[in-house]
Amino acid sequence: MELTTIWFCAIAFLWVGYLVLEGFDFGVGIWMAILGRNDNERRVVLNTIGPVWDGNEVWVIVAGGAMFAAFPEWYATLFSGFYLPLFAILVALILRATALEYRGKRDDPAWRRRWDWCIVGGSLVPAVLWGVALANIVRGVPIDADHEYVGTLFDLLNPYALLGGLATLTLFMTHGAVFIALKTTGDVRARANRAGIRVGALAVLVGGAFMAWTVVDSDAARTAPFAVAAAVALVLGLLAAMRERDGWAFAGTAVTIGLVVVMLFVALFPDVMTSSLDSAYSLTTDNASATPYTLRIMTWSAVVFVPLVLLYQGWSYWVFRKRIGTENIPA
Amino acid sequence: MEVLDLARLQFGATTVYHYLFVPLTISLACLVAGLQTAWVRTDHERYLKLTKFFGKLFLINFAMGIVTGIVQEFQFGMNWSDYSRFVGDIFGAPLALEGLLAFFLESTFLGLWIFGWDRLPKRIHLACIWIAAIGTVLSAYFILAANSFMQNPVGYTIDEQRGRAELTDFVAVLTNKVVLITLPHTIFAAFMVGGAFIAAVAMWHLVRRPDVDSDAFRTALKVGAITVIVAGIGTAVTGDTQGKVMTEVQPMKMAAAEALYEDEQPASFSVLTIGTLDGSEEVYSIKLPHLLSFLGTGDLNGEVRGINSLQREYEQAYGPGDYSPNIPVTYWTFRAMITAGGLAALIAAIMLWSIRRGRTPTSRWLVWSAIALPFLPIAANAFGWIFTEMGRQPWLVFGLLPTASGVSPGTTGAEVTTSLIGFSLVYTVLAVIEIRLLLTYIREGLPDVTPVEPADGDDAPMTFAY
Repeated sequence: MELTTIWFCAIAFLWVGYLVLEGFDFGVGIWMAILGRNDNERRVVLNTIGPVWDGNEVWVIVAGGAMFAAFPEWYATLFSGFYLPLFAILVALILRATALEYRGKRDDPAWRRRWDWCIVGGSLVPAVLWGVALANIVRGVPIDADHEYVGTLFDLLNPYALLGGLATLTLFMTHGAVFIALKTTGDVRARANRAGIRVGALAVLVGGAFMAWTVVDSDAARTAPFAVAAAVALVLGLLAAMRERDGWAFAGTAVTIGLVVVMLFVALFPDVMTSSLDSAYSLTTDNASATPYTLRIMTWSAVVFVPLVLLYQGWSYWVFRKRIGTENIPA
Repeated sequence: MEVLDLARLQFGATTVYHYLFVPLTISLACLVAGLQTAWVRTDHERYLKLTKFFGKLFLINFAMGIVTGIVQEFQFGMNWSDYSRFVGDIFGAPLALEGLLAFFLESTFLGLWIFGWDRLPKRIHLACIWIAAIGTVLSAYFILAANSFMQNPVGYTIDEQRGRAELTDFVAVLTNKVVLITLPHTIFAAFMVGGAFIAAVAMWHLVRRPDVDSDAFRTALKVGAITVIVAGIGTAVTGDTQGKVMTEVQPMKMAAAEALYEDEQPASFSVLTIGTLDGSEEVYSIKLPHLLSFLGTGDLNGEVRGINSLQREYEQAYGPGDYSPNIPVTYWTFRAMITAGGLAALIAAIMLWSIRRGRTPTSRWLVWSAIALPFLPIAANAFGWIFTEMGRQPWLVFGLLPTASGVSPGTTGAEVTTSLIGFSLVYTVLAVIEIRLLLTYIREGLPDVTPVEPADGDDAPMTFAY
C-alpha cells in the first residue's frame, strides 16, 4: 500500500478514535443536566468521565497535527475554509474544559449552574458541528484551482451537512447515555438506560437517513457494507441496552460511531476534500500530501507510539473501571 | 486593519496569553512531583500537605494551559494557511509528535494522578505525576523544535514546482542549534515562574499567618526561592549562549536587540539607548565597551554587525524591502526580559535571607515583594517571546517566507475580527475567574490530610471528584 493511502487510513483511525472516545464525553456533558436531578447526581454523571475526558480530547489534537504533517494542503484548506465553525468548536471546547475543571471548585449553586450551562453548551456545539464538518468534507465544498475555499458560511449549512450534524448529535447522546449506564449505579443508571434507548431509537432514524443519503451519493458498493454494519451494530447495542447489558450496549454504540466515520472516509477516498466546482480542483491523497520522507518518519513514529498510547490509555480506563453512585461522591 | 495585521495581532495575543500558563505548568508539574517524592521517601506529613496544596493550584492553571493550546494548533490552519502549505511537510511532523508523544502522556497520567490517590499504589501514583512532568518537557521540546525551524531553517530543500519547503533531514530539524539552546533557556525560565509562585505563596502565609503551618511554608519558601535563584543563573547562562547562536544565525535580531545601526568592532553593550521615534537613529546612549562583542561572539573584540549593513546585504540577497524588525519593540522587550528576570532572582535571594537560621519574616515589604515576585518571571517570559518573534520579522520563516505571504488568502477580515473579539472576551473572563479561584485557594492554606490507602469498599467516597 502507498504511504499516502496508509496516512489516509491513519487519519481516519485518529478521527475514529476521537469521535468514539470524545463522542461519549460529549453525550455525558449533554445529559449531565437532564439525568442529574440534583447536584450530587450531576457530579456522579460528570465523574464517569472525570479521569479520562482530557486524554480523549488529545485525539483531536493529534488528528489535527497528523493532517498538518501528512496532508498539509488538506489541513490548510480545511482549517481556513471552515473558519467560523472551527472557531465555534474552539470556544465550546474551551468553555467545556474549563467548566469541567472549575465547576466543583466552589461550593456555590449559582457558580455551578453557570458552569453547567457551559458543559451542556460546550458539549452540544461540537457534537453537532463535527458532524456538519465531516459531512461537508465528504459532500464537497466550493474549492478553486488554488485549493482555496471560496464559499461562505451558508454553503456549509446545507441539508446534507445539517442532517450529518443531527446524526452525530443523536449518536453521541446515545453513546453517552449508554456510557453513563455502564459506569453508574442506582437511579442515575436506570434513568440513563431509559434515556439511551429513547434517543437511540431517534438515532436509528436520523443516523439511518444520513447513512442512506451518503450511500446514494457515493460509490454504494464501497460504502453500503459499512452503513449496513453500522446500523446493525446500533440496533444490537440498543437491544443489549433493553436487557440492561450495559457493556454490550456501549460496545454497540462505539462500533456504530466507528463504522459511521469509516463509511465517511471510505466515501471520500481517494479525495481528502472534494471540490464541488470542478473535480479537477479536488484535494486528493496525492496532491495534498507531504513528501514520502516525512510520511516515512511519521509512519515509524506511529508504529512505535500509537500502540503505547492505546496501552496506557486502556490501563487508565481499567484503573477507573468501578461503577460510581451518589454514595461515592465526597462532601 | 487588514487581515494580515489582525491575524498577527490574534496570534501574538493568543500566544502570549497561552504562555502565561505554560511555564507554570512545566515547572509546577516537576516541583509538585518533587514534593510528592519527598513525602513518599520521608513520610513527613508536611510534604503531603504541600503536594496537595500546590497540586490543586497547578491543576487550576493546567486547565487553562490546555484549552488555550488547542487554539494555537488550529490557528496555523485558520489564519496562516499559506504558511501551513509552505512548511507543512516540515513543521507538521514535530507538531504531530508533540501530540502523540507528549500530550497523550500528560493528559492521561494527570487524569490518573488527580483521581488515582485511592486507586493506585503509592509509588505508581507518584510515577504518574513524574510521567506527566516528563510529558510537559517533551512537549516543550517539540514545539520549540518547530519554532526553531522558523528562526533558523535547517534540513530542508525548496521544491520550486510545488512552491514549498520539504524535509530532507529530520534529525537536523530536531538538533537545530537554535532548539538545543532554546530548550534549556525556556525550561530554566519556566522554573523561575514555578519557583517564584511557590516562594511567593509561602512568604505570604509566613508573614500573614505565622502560626499556621509555618514549618511546611518555610520548606516551601526554601524550595521556591532556591529554584528561582538556580533557574535564574541557568537562564542567564543559557541566554548568553543563545545570544551567540542568534548573532550567528539571525544577526539582524541581535542588532535589533541592541539598536546597533553600524557594524562595530569591538562592539559595546547598550545599557540605555534613546532613538528617534521611528527607531531609525540613535539620539543618546549609555554603553559598556566590549560587552556586546563578548555576548555576541564570545570574543571581547569580535565584530557585531549593525542594522544598516545587514539591511544592505539582505536587499542584495532578497530584493528591495525593509528587513529590519520593529527596533523599539525588540530593544525594549530584550531589556525588559533581562531586568524582570534579574529582579526576580534578587527578590528570591532577599526572601531566602529573611528566613536564615530559623528567623521568622515579619516585614510588610516582604509581602508586597511576594505579591510582585511571580509576575516578574511571567513578564520576563512574555517579553522574551515577544522579542524572539518580533525580532524574526519581517520573516515568518527566516530568509524563506515573509510574514505577509503566510496569511490565509481566503480568510476575510470579518472572520478574523469575529474570532479575535471572541477569544479576547473568553480569555479575559477566564483570566478573572482563574485568578480569583487561585487566590481563594491560596488564602485557604494547606488542606487537612488523612493518610490515603487504596480503598476496597465500593461505597467509600472517592478522595477526589469533580
